[in-house]
Amino acid sequence: MSKEKPPYILLRHRDIPDLDNLEVYRQNGGFKAFEKVVTQMEPAAVTEVVKASGLRGRGGAGFPTGLKWSFIDNKSWPHYVVANADESEPGTFKDREIMEGNPYQFLEGVAICAYAVQANVAYIYLRGEFWNLAASLDQHIAALEAAGLLGENLFGSKYSLRLYTHLGAGAYICGEETALLESLEGKLGQPRLRPPFPPSYGLYGKPTIVNNVETLANVPLIIERGAEWYRSMGTEKSPGVKIFSLSGCVNKPGNYELPLGTTFRELIFEHGGGIPGGRNIKAIMAAGASSSLIVADERALDTPMDYESVPSVGAQLGSASVIVIDDSVSIPWLIDKTTHFFRHESCGKCTPCREGTFWMSHLTERIANGRARREDVELLYDVASQIRGKCLCALGEFSIEAVLSGIERFRSDFDVAVGEVQTAAHVEQVPASD
Amino acid sequence: MLAEKYAQEIQTILAKYPPDQRRSAVMPLLYIAQRDKMYVNREDMAEIAEILGITPTEVASIVGFYSLYYEEQKGKYHIQVCTDLPCALRGAERFMQELCSRLNIRPGETTADGLITVEPVMCLAACDKAPMFQVQSGAGLSYHENQTVESALALIEQLRSDATRKRGRDSHV
Repeated sequence: MSKEKPPYILLRHRDIPDLDNLEVYRQNGGFKAFEKVVTQMEPAAVTEVVKASGLRGRGGAGFPTGLKWSFIDNKSWPHYVVANADESEPGTFKDREIMEGNPYQFLEGVAICAYAVQANVAYIYLRGEFWNLAASLDQHIAALEAAGLLGENLFGSKYSLRLYTHLGAGAYICGEETALLESLEGKLGQPRLRPPFPPSYGLYGKPTIVNNVETLANVPLIIERGAEWYRSMGTEKSPGVKIFSLSGCVNKPGNYELPLGTTFRELIFEHGGGIPGGRNIKAIMAAGASSSLIVADERALDTPMDYESVPSVGAQLGSASVIVIDDSVSIPWLIDKTTHFFRHESCGKCTPCREGTFWMSHLTERIANGRARREDVELLYDVASQIRGKCLCALGEFSIEAVLSGIERFRSDFDVAVGEVQTAAHVEQVPASD
Repeated sequence: MLAEKYAQEIQTILAKYPPDQRRSAVMPLLYIAQRDKMYVNREDMAEIAEILGITPTEVASIVGFYSLYYEEQKGKYHIQVCTDLPCALRGAERFMQELCSRLNIRPGETTADGLITVEPVMCLAACDKAPMFQVQSGAGLSYHENQTVESALALIEQLRSDATRKRGRDSHV
């Protein structure tokens, strides 16, 4: 590679061997930031630093992290922090690598967040499939308690903190923060009506900050090196680095930590090694299965991947789970895959999502299997349009992104699927009768 | 009874949550029950309800809602293949079909010896290492990535011989 790779900020275990060992993590400055905030900083001052850094939520919504922390309701106690480690979006596999390779930086981020909002208990909600990961985090938490970095009267202060892991059991919807809180309370993982938002009414009805794993993993270095340092990377409105999970039709799938504002072209062709088999790129999904389909033309490839630029090509950055689609892929097949996913994962609370994903999946299956007519494509578009804006959480919205953009932007694939193109070809082949 | 067999583990779990929020422990306690038998039966649901002070129906609703809990006994080992979009783009559907046909079952079915169930599941956050699957068993969950049909069959043979050895040992007791 021509450019020298700057040191990793989140995936530091790729630079530093055995970073999942507490001693190694401390030798590399670990838990200095947590000690600094507990012994030298007012909680509100910590929130101010995070606010000044411009860090935005990495789970998908991109909400300013420090601003969220500042919303904590100080009239109601106790406070809680919940780390969202439910990573379930098809195409997303970054939080898992952070927690496996660099777990202490994530845990230190949880601890700093807890101090900033004065929570004495924080939960880490992991998807049920991360069974082994939860067991290893439990060991890391025990090591922190043994080292006096978690527990009572930390660093001689009055501040105390306990961390606990909690395993989900296979429900995508629990990545939505209010469904996650319901699940943590031992109930069905179904979203709550908002407002009130978790910083005023969260876990057990108490003020709660819910942040994604990657978001929290940024925090220790922001405290250690300062907001200005963080702002020196990325773009003005999307500062810092992001882990891009690259998957699909690409030579080198994997996690790539790059500054926000890196172009799709650089990610896919420079880092990802391009498309296998010399095929052409056809479409890009920037936010996993929840993404609309971006037509992968020259303009799209040159678009910077940050929160404000991706909408210019009709999509969202979301969790930056970039799925590459090559020209061998039929879009009706693709939306059949995503629609089945959302049908399975709809929690059933809101009728438009529960029934809509059910009917959409019937139609997409028929279209993908060549058993549909043109009217079915129109009906699918109509059903999808009726889900928009009618559900408590974003799952319903996510379920229609690929469907609507697929039909709008890749219409010819649907014409082939419903036999119109084949019919035309067939007609041409029929010898003239005279 | 779970309360006797796993007394200490249950106490550790309950201690994670505020004393007036015991219900939060329902999912971890269901995992204990499932680890014990590879599914959750009515008796265990009733016992968990009693431990937590909620109704058996509330516990059953959790088992029904979350996909990692089983209400009936299937295979001893569940081979759960991710066939979601990113994995499908890397051949996961073909992989699962071929694996099933080599085992003489269809997706969702259990092999004749009652040991192996192969089923498609939703995204497992390992999209860059497809084809991949997790094995869910009484021992917990483990990931197996960058798989071929041959490597999966070798693993299944290993699981079968483990099960046979264990059965042999149990019969001596």
